[in-house]
Amino acid sequence: MAAVDHDRAAQVGAQPLDVKAIRSDFPILDVEVNGRRLVYLDSASSSQKPRQVLDAMTRYYETTHANVHRGVYAIAEEATRQFEEARAKLARLVNARSAREIVFTKNVTEAINLVAHSWGRRNLTAGDAVLLTEMEHHANLVPWLMLAEERGIELRYIRLTADGQLDLSDLDRLVDGVKLVGVTCMSNVLGTINPVAELAEAAHSAGALFLADAAQYVPHLATDIQQLGCDFLGFTGHKMLGPTGIGCLWAREDLLEEMPPFLGGGEMISDVRLDGFLPADVPWKFEAGTPPIAEAIGLGAAVDYLTGLGMDAVRRHEVELTSYALCKLAADHPDLVIYGPADPASRGGVISLALGDIHAHDLSQVLDTAGVCVRAGHHCAKPLMRHLGVTATARASFYVYNDESDVDALSEALAEARKFFG
Amino acid sequence: MPGLEDLYREIILDHYRNPRNRGELECPPAHRYEGFNPLCGDEIVLYLDVRDEKVVDLKIAGQGCSISQSSASMMSSAVKGKTLDEARALLRAFKAMMSIHEARLDAEDRELGANGQGADGEEAPPMGDLEALQGVVKFPVRIKCATLAWNTLAQGLDGANGSAGPS
Ligand SMILES: Cc1ncc(COP(=O)(O)O)c(C=O)c1O
Repeated sequence: MAAVDHDRAAQVGAQPLDVKAIRSDFPILDVEVNGRRLVYLDSASSSQKPRQVLDAMTRYYETTHANVHRGVYAIAEEATRQFEEARAKLARLVNARSAREIVFTKNVTEAINLVAHSWGRRNLTAGDAVLLTEMEHHANLVPWLMLAEERGIELRYIRLTADGQLDLSDLDRLVDGVKLVGVTCMSNVLGTINPVAELAEAAHSAGALFLADAAQYVPHLATDIQQLGCDFLGFTGHKMLGPTGIGCLWAREDLLEEMPPFLGGGEMISDVRLDGFLPADVPWKFEAGTPPIAEAIGLGAAVDYLTGLGMDAVRRHEVELTSYALCKLAADHPDLVIYGPADPASRGGVISLALGDIHAHDLSQVLDTAGVCVRAGHHCAKPLMRHLGVTATARASFYVYNDESDVDALSEALAEARKFFG
Repeated sequence: MPGLEDLYREIILDHYRNPRNRGELECPPAHRYEGFNPLCGDEIVLYLDVRDEKVVDLKIAGQGCSISQSSASMMSSAVKGKTLDEARALLRAFKAMMSIHEARLDAEDRELGANGQGADGEEAPPMGDLEALQGVVKFPVRIKCATLAWNTLAQGLDGANGSAGPS
């Protein structure tokens, strides 16, 4: 089995990140909030953007903006070249066999909706089953629930163990007879990194396809779709230093060839008559209308930035920072509940927490006065929240520009919150 | 920047720690209404017992932050024993207090106002403890927390309008 070793980063001795230098690339980190330095701990929701990304987008608008795949003049050709180059960068990032396997979408939500709408409507009929997990983001639940309502397909769920891992004890029975298995690579609430390769193999043995929601994975770990064994994998640009409005569906080319178009319009056709149309080749068949060109180019620059750091170095940094945070927070706050796996090597830099009986909303309000940004709420994973028996958690999450001083600021702010509500 | 004290007034924290009218009522005769804040997952369950155009009893269940829970608690004290018309007037007055950011969007409220018995012409009912929630408007994202219980009450009052509400 092609097990993926999440601790490879540490073993290959990736260089530590120079966080000070990285921070100087992010203009927003100089902003003051309430007279305090900005302590941004909400990258799992959306990451900040380095100057390199902002500059790439501005440069594009200032020097070569034109619609893509249309004009035959120089700047239009240059716009098209940059747009398609961004696609190639994404293909290399996830080790796709070809850039033709990369479909630009608005975000990962649209990527999954594309699969449900196009592949799902073509291949699933009443009684067919799709296997998901209890820890999915709504983005990988609601499109399937909509299809279930429309088509009468059956949805099954992999449940969770007490420490927030997928309970695979019953996997053989659950996967038997399903047509698709859809799993988040990493939980946006618990940080749990799921055994994607193992699940993909189980799906394939059962004759099913495997879809990965990699929104929290691609930004943080070296991703190799061939090693993971996925058939579909979606991710979203704004969580990986890129702009909003751009995401990606990677899918096996033969699957894309077979799938009917998603949205209809310009750009996605090769011929249109009054009585019919011929779709364009993949991947353009799935990209109706003028795409988010500057956003794609910005995402390409974000990929350059991340690969410049090295994804193994990014992972190593986050494992170390998460270890520090788990120890520091537990030592400073004995009454703090931290959800999810205890071992930093099997989780990402996402820490959902509860402090005594202070509600997550109230907690994050107090943290805000200290300039500390965390997310409070259900994190678009209500079934998971029900499993945890809570309506909301406060969630701190890390990225390349965070360091131990941010964790210390969080810990101090938690102490202030306890004082306020104590 | 408004301080935390503007938001978390002592009386709010008191209602949060010692919520009034907490519990459930048997349905029927009472009716049960649910309110959700889809942004944060807060939930309010309102049990409303209306007889002869009067709120004879109500109870609150559910979970949420200090603002949503204290607002629910204050709402329950303010509305209990009131006639439906009095409860509606309180609802309007509370929404007006919170409406700085919602006002222009909330066409329904404006309609009520235009119908003659709306917030403009009418004498505002005394708000009592509810005044403490005034500070919430300085924290726009928390307005939804404060109005959750009231929106749920609005459902209940609508339900009580026709004779058969949801059970
Ligand atoms: C695991 C997971 N899936 C899907 C999403 C949705 O991302 P987007 O809103 O960019 O489509 C998120 C982020 O919110 C996520 O964490």
